[in-house]
Amino acid sequence: MINQEMFGNATKTKAKTSTKKRSQIKSIWFRYRKNKLAMFGLILLGIMIFCSIFANHFADYEADAVSQNMNARLLPPDSEHIFGTDQYGRDMFARILFGSRISLSVGLATVAFSLTVGALIGAAAGYYGGRVDNILMRLMDILLAIPGLVMAIAVVAALGPGLINLMIAMGMARIPQFARVVRSAILSVKGQEYIEAAKACGTKDARIILKHILPNAIGPIIVQATLNMGTAILGISSLSFIGLGIQPPTPEWGSMLSDARSQLRYYPHLVIIPGIAIVLAVMSFNLIGDGLRDALDPRLKN
Amino acid sequence: MPDKLLEINDLNVVYETDDALVYAVNGLDLTINKGETLGLVGETGAGKTTTALSIMGLLPDKTGFIKGGQIKFEDIDITKATENDMKLIRGESVSMIFQDPMTSLNPILTIGDQISEVLELHKKSLNKEQISKRVDEILQLVGIPPDRKGEYPHQFSGGMKQRVVIAIALACEPKLLLADEPTTALDVTIQAQVLEMMKDLKEKLNTAVLLITHDLGVVSEICDRVAVMYAGEIIEIGTTEDIFGGSYRHPYTDGLFGSIPDLTRSTRRLNPIEGLMPDSTNLPEGCKFHTRCCKCKEICKTVNPQFKINGTHFIRCH
Repeated sequence: MINQEMFGNATKTKAKTSTKKRSQIKSIWFRYRKNKLAMFGLILLGIMIFCSIFANHFADYEADAVSQNMNARLLPPDSEHIFGTDQYGRDMFARILFGSRISLSVGLATVAFSLTVGALIGAAAGYYGGRVDNILMRLMDILLAIPGLVMAIAVVAALGPGLINLMIAMGMARIPQFARVVRSAILSVKGQEYIEAAKACGTKDARIILKHILPNAIGPIIVQATLNMGTAILGISSLSFIGLGIQPPTPEWGSMLSDARSQLRYYPHLVIIPGIAIVLAVMSFNLIGDGLRDALDPRLKN
Repeated sequence: MPDKLLEINDLNVVYETDDALVYAVNGLDLTINKGETLGLVGETGAGKTTTALSIMGLLPDKTGFIKGGQIKFEDIDITKATENDMKLIRGESVSMIFQDPMTSLNPILTIGDQISEVLELHKKSLNKEQISKRVDEILQLVGIPPDRKGEYPHQFSGGMKQRVVIAIALACEPKLLLADEPTTALDVTIQAQVLEMMKDLKEKLNTAVLLITHDLGVVSEICDRVAVMYAGEIIEIGTTEDIFGGSYRHPYTDGLFGSIPDLTRSTRRLNPIEGLMPDSTNLPEGCKFHTRCCKCKEICKTVNPQFKINGTHFIRCH
């Protein structure tokens, strides 16, 4: 019954797109588009990225986001300052806008860095097994034994503060998590017969890992990556708080949140607004991740 | 004398586990000539698949070892070839069809991509268009409309998947095809189609086939010669007529024939072989079959018999 439906639909979609086969990316997009929540996430992230790129058209960095104005401290939201002002009289809207540049880019770069390195290590460990696995995973255990923040402090102290070093520091601390997730995902795919069949065709190891194993193991990896976006954004603020991250007065969501916590009782909007910004960013990444995971799996096509 | 394509001499394969040594293949001799179909039959656990994996050089790492003997494919000794040499041989000169078509296709790649991958790996001179043309041809050959090449394995039925698997195996026109129970997972009508197709393709491409199966009916249908395997040894080998029509057979082969249900005979019961295959961690002395043989003599318990030769028919019995 289900089979019949499946075949019925398959022929229907084929008829719609005529005989030519859709390209891989197009068909992924086709499947992604059907997921309303994922589209919502994508639009949300699109808006945020748009705002961060064109932030200087909405507000003036020097005048609104950085310079202090003691006459306009702690104003509630009104028509002039739609998100109000903080304890130094800076416009919250402008700070959120410019803060998104750093938060989004550091979050993305951190995850991209740790995902790439972690996935390679985990893939090698899982695929080759034995001694390679033991050595790589014990190295990961050593990294995992050092608390992430201490690790990041050490890296920043060694390389000096700065945006790039911050990303490296945050990324280093996350490598073992990715390595472990990728390794276990690979172990579950490695034993499948189509991997053996690929070997029987004379496929090289690197190609088997990249083309046959990783795409089949992508689900848990994407979930791990999107979950990490949120902690990465918050992680920057922890480092900023002890003076190793983004230096004030540069606006950044995490540090805005932590700066404002002393005002929480009487001016809760100072905490809520950057909090909502972080929540929206993280949520959009999670929704996109969920949608991608489904779209990349052709078995869920219909 | 026909041209030898593959020659296996005194092959011994052992699986080493923490608990025990498993003697999977013991002193196996086998030759396959160019363009010939050899059926390899035997009970489960007789070492049929292990033999095929040894030929591919794909025994599991760290547990499966070739302990002795030689596998000569054309002029190359596969037991001594490096991993890189093997990668060139696999898929191009020797390819393998796995037992289960449901799991031996990658679920997230289209079947067209999976067929063209073999071509990309081994036929470096072809450009994209030529590869795509070749994929169309090979799909046509196995009876799948080429415009379905953009579809994924889950959109095909079992028989079609098995034909895709065969298409992948034949894409580079290998000299030797190892088919490990290619029809076991299929129902009889599809089985007939697939066998018919393999027969046709073999004639078109002049590929030698090692067909591993439990099914004597399949063997009689398409094989030129048959080898019967028991506990890691060949106990009988001969042309299909020798084995199916011959008056004198190994008692084990007799037992296998006695276990086939027959529509036309009126006997109520089958005559299966008593007992089970000996534990391959602890093989008996003498003839490995003597514990189950109904014609067992004293000598069978101590001395492993040599082949008795009658023309093309070899029987390992006293």
